[in-house]
Amino acid sequence: MTATDATTHGEGRSSAPPSGPQAAPSASPSGAPAPRPVRVLSFSQRLSRWDLRLSPYLYISPFFILFAIVGLFPIAYTAVISFMDWDQIRRSGEFIGFDQYVWILTQPKFWIALRNTFSIFLLSSVPQLILAMFIAVMLDKHIRAKTFWRMSALLPYVVAPVAVGLIFNAMFADQSGVVNGWLGFFGIGPIPWHVEPFWSHVAIASMVNYRWTGYNALILLAAMQAIPRDYYEAATVDGAGTWRQFWSITLPSLKPTLIFVIITSTIGGLQIFDEPRMFDQFGRGGAGQQWLTITLYLYDIGWGEWNFGRAAAMAWILFLIILAIGLVNLIVTRSLVRDEGARGMRPSRAERRAALRAQKKEVAR
Amino acid sequence: MTAVRPDEAVGTATATLVTGRTGRRAVRIRGTRPGFWVYAGLAVVLFASLFPLYFSFLIGSGDASTLRDPDKSWIPGGNFIQNATAVMSQPAVNFWPALWNSIWSSTVIAVSVVVFSTLAGWAFAKLRFRGGPALLAFVVATMAVPQQLAVVPLYVLFAEIGWTGQIGAIIIPGLTSAFGVFWMTQYLRQTVPDELIEAARVDGASMIRTFWTVGVTAARPAAAMLFLFTFVTAWNNFFWPFIVLDRQNPTLPVALALLQSNYFVDYSIVLAGVVLATLPLLLLFVFAGKQLVSGIMAGAVKG
Repeated sequence: MTATDATTHGEGRSSAPPSGPQAAPSASPSGAPAPRPVRVLSFSQRLSRWDLRLSPYLYISPFFILFAIVGLFPIAYTAVISFMDWDQIRRSGEFIGFDQYVWILTQPKFWIALRNTFSIFLLSSVPQLILAMFIAVMLDKHIRAKTFWRMSALLPYVVAPVAVGLIFNAMFADQSGVVNGWLGFFGIGPIPWHVEPFWSHVAIASMVNYRWTGYNALILLAAMQAIPRDYYEAATVDGAGTWRQFWSITLPSLKPTLIFVIITSTIGGLQIFDEPRMFDQFGRGGAGQQWLTITLYLYDIGWGEWNFGRAAAMAWILFLIILAIGLVNLIVTRSLVRDEGARGMRPSRAERRAALRAQKKEVAR
Repeated sequence: MTAVRPDEAVGTATATLVTGRTGRRAVRIRGTRPGFWVYAGLAVVLFASLFPLYFSFLIGSGDASTLRDPDKSWIPGGNFIQNATAVMSQPAVNFWPALWNSIWSSTVIAVSVVVFSTLAGWAFAKLRFRGGPALLAFVVATMAVPQQLAVVPLYVLFAEIGWTGQIGAIIIPGLTSAFGVFWMTQYLRQTVPDELIEAARVDGASMIRTFWTVGVTAARPAAAMLFLFTFVTAWNNFFWPFIVLDRQNPTLPVALALLQSNYFVDYSIVLAGVVLATLPLLLLFVFAGKQLVSGIMAGAVKG
């Protein structure tokens, strides 16, 4: 073990940190692990040793110092403020326990916002994932001008959500909007996009889908291309049809990627603000809170009513919701998408661990 | 709609079997070209990507009544320049300061994220030190924390030092990125062989010199992608700038939001503004879209 320690730099070996004389420069082909009496080192040797020891911390410190100030401190301080009745004019507050949380949870508006957020989230993530899968399958074909088509799918990603919101708000205009025009062509009556909660959610979800479907399609495409083509050949020889191949080879192999895409879209989707904010010129979620989302409500409490204690409590509630949904997602996705196809390719974590242990035993002997 | 026709799949397989080559490359080169429907499907994607932008230009080149006109023409009108001028000269919106603010704040943020992430990523990927893996896991875990959790104290903080309304208030929180560190760590771990570092050390290179000659050189492609993604994200960011900035000194998304926040809204002017504000990133996309595509495919990024 000790012989390999000095030459491997990967993670996962934290159990054996460099200590004492073993922390010799990684350059030395340290064949002798026996602790020798430490010789008197020359100045430059000592310098080099300090260089080796301190450099990692030196390299990560700029990031961590800044990160602590602008990333970690605010998170902790949000928790503090959420237990306070904060007065922004005096920039101080007094502790009132869980009152702000209780206040929020007893607001009917909060529950409406929660319903709207989930509704928009589901309407955006589920069709988006299915569409992205279709697009990825098409892009995975042996097409001409690959890069062009890939770029065409990604183009909406660079358009700002605010801009998308403004454009779609106009496209989904209740009277003589272009979308209602198309629907009218098929004999579907004008839909009150800005009146009915459900239809406003559809319109807002379509903004999210516009921006992210192609992006997720490219992620799925990358994962599809990593599947060895021999699998498909073997399946074809065995007489498996296309649909069967997709179901038994493609989908199981995509599982880790799917989990990643679902988790990240959960984190982003539940925070939605820009698109509903732009859905009318007032930006307060509609006259009857039809499309009021949690973050819109948070903004309104914080910078409309200037009640920072409540806004902070709201932020924590949102975070807890995201964590909970992320976990549920993980469990559901794990059990829904079967694992058999992938297992042949890549051993499960438990299996890999077992293999590693067996190897170590082998080495120890 | 997108199910593969069986004969195609068989065609692909036989092509490979005939050549007798194995592996995915052989199939990809020799596979049959897909049929018409794949291109039709991709054309729909292309249309869906472009249509909202075209629609924006269409309305932006008309006049105040174009949006509500049920028989509007699909050919742009002649008022775009006039509407664009109206956007630029609107005192309530401050278009030119907004453009300038967006350009320099996004650039500073992207450069800083790349520098700090490369340094930290190098340490996490290639140097062994006590607590390294645990710290990295911690950084990755913070990626799940929503932005909303930080805005209240940040606002209190910046109000305290009188920076509300200043661009500094949106630059400072953007200077680091947990995602950036994760991204650079992954990339450097995969691309730099340990032997290379050892060779440099044997040659007597100091740690910083090793970082500079081996690390930075290897990190360049990933750093370029990280720059692009951070730039786009910073440019499009709305929630925090909208909170802390005001109409005197906005960024482009904030200015766009202000365009619509009147009781009487002329959508030809609003959407002309959307076109103006989107153009810079469309230009960037023309030149760097390829890198963005390969960046997403290389690392499964989520901005």
